[in-house]
Amino acid sequence: MKIDKNTINKIARLSRIKLDDKESDDYINDLNSILDWVEQLNEVNTENVEPLSNISSSILPKREDVSKDTNSSEEILENAPDKLEGFFAVPKVVE
Amino acid sequence: MSKSSLKQTLKDLETKKISIRELNQDYLKRIKEKDNLNVFIHFSEENVLKQIDNLEKDNSAKKLKGIPIAIKDLFCTKSMPTTAASKILENFNPTYESFVTQKLLDEGSIFVGKTNLDEFAMGSATNTSFFGNTINPLSKENKPLAPGGSSGGSAAAVAADLCLGATGTDTGGSIRQPASFCGVVGIKPTYGLCSRWGIAAFASSLDQAGIFSHNVEDASILLQSIAGFDQRDSTSAKVDIPNYFENLDDDLNGKTVGIPKEYSIDGTPMEISQIWEDAIKVLEKKGVKIKNISLPHTKYALPTYYIIAPAEASSNLARYDGVKYGFRSDEINSLDEMYENTRAQGFGKEVKRRILIGTYVLSAGYYDAYYLKAQKVRKLIADDFNKAFKECDFIVTPTAPSAAFPLNEKQNDPIKMYLNDVFTVPASLAGLPGISIPFGKDKNNLPLGIQILGKHFDEQQVFNTAISLERSYE
Repeated sequence: MKIDKNTINKIARLSRIKLDDKESDDYINDLNSILDWVEQLNEVNTENVEPLSNISSSILPKREDVSKDTNSSEEILENAPDKLEGFFAVPKVVE
Repeated sequence: MSKSSLKQTLKDLETKKISIRELNQDYLKRIKEKDNLNVFIHFSEENVLKQIDNLEKDNSAKKLKGIPIAIKDLFCTKSMPTTAASKILENFNPTYESFVTQKLLDEGSIFVGKTNLDEFAMGSATNTSFFGNTINPLSKENKPLAPGGSSGGSAAAVAADLCLGATGTDTGGSIRQPASFCGVVGIKPTYGLCSRWGIAAFASSLDQAGIFSHNVEDASILLQSIAGFDQRDSTSAKVDIPNYFENLDDDLNGKTVGIPKEYSIDGTPMEISQIWEDAIKVLEKKGVKIKNISLPHTKYALPTYYIIAPAEASSNLARYDGVKYGFRSDEINSLDEMYENTRAQGFGKEVKRRILIGTYVLSAGYYDAYYLKAQKVRKLIADDFNKAFKECDFIVTPTAPSAAFPLNEKQNDPIKMYLNDVFTVPASLAGLPGISIPFGKDKNNLPLGIQILGKHFDEQQVFNTAISLERSYE
């Protein structure tokens, strides 16, 4: 078994997703069966094969570095769950 | 009920046989009648009427003036909220318009509403949406069928004639599979043809916008409207966009079709093998040469996809943290607790599953074994197609391994659900254009789809083959 309780807790922590016990057990099962299934890729010989990360082209186009002021901070803050004097607000970090 | 086409409607509007208001009121009426299908996450009659008012005051000529279009709720729109079918974006009002929807607005189209989808486009049945299932309009009484997914709402909107076209996105089959399930046309163009600017990201190296329509001609008109270069998407392609509609040519004499032997898989229903054979016979009659080809790494496409897509998703969805927009949990005693509770309560089960698997395959010690390995196999899959296209002009396969299945079937077994994408995922990994057109029915009279794949940026050949098959089928 690749994923045990410790591993799922570690991944959940890295993902910043809180899981209860029932959920962790379900995900342990799901993830193990998915990982067993993808294991078949090991049958493929990929020696000297370049990984493909971008299908479109290897050269990314360049553009002029010009700033544009859309002056939309108020509009953007409209969507914030909590805001304070023109900033996003979060729970206190430093005591 | 005979559905009018976009092409015919444009003519009727031009000759004043019908006004923009009359046309859209007809659609509004049907949208309200078909409320039970749960096609739309956001629909506001008032908003549509306002758009009609504005267009009536506008004297300029526009290509899609007054045409009712449905928008998958993954595209950011300024005039309507955008949710990605997730609780975590429940109250999100974008401050900008996506590239694709801006193009459609510039052409004068009317947005009738935002359509339902699988949460963040992760699913094949539109059943992972926070806003409930969409029902396939072809369902019989008391036997609700899934519309496919993830763009199930858009496919259903076209099938139920609630619009003259709809936008979708396709990462591993999310346009082509629902098109097949709902009996409509769905095209996913080449990766990079349409800018991804303003589309909520799922798997950025695979995501691509596309179109649903009643027929191939309409798809060719609409795709041209949403394609084009955009510097805000670094993978957007600088290519000339041909006039697909004007160039449509159903004469396929002398062309070669590739038939990949690896797409004959065990357990495919007879009827699907049958329509595939029928399509090949039709092409043969039209003077198309049949070439048996091999795409040897086909069977590895699904496992490759289910490493790469969740990996990219886990990274893309890190932005939903309850700070800048959307949902925030009430249980927030510390910053970390706020993140963890917000994401635990804001994301649905399938999205969390994919974030977890994606995080795992990217984590220290596993990156090479899973993610890098998958990227290498992806290269082999893309090379298979490159080789095959030296011997043929296009490839024809079935779109999906089944017709529309009952709502809520397959929900508990993720791998079984993932197998829906078996015929669509390989082309996604290779970035190729693909269309699904209705071609035949199964024993329950449900539509089945044929998929046509083309070379990179050869959408014209895809459309030409599609219209040729469509005309022979009608």
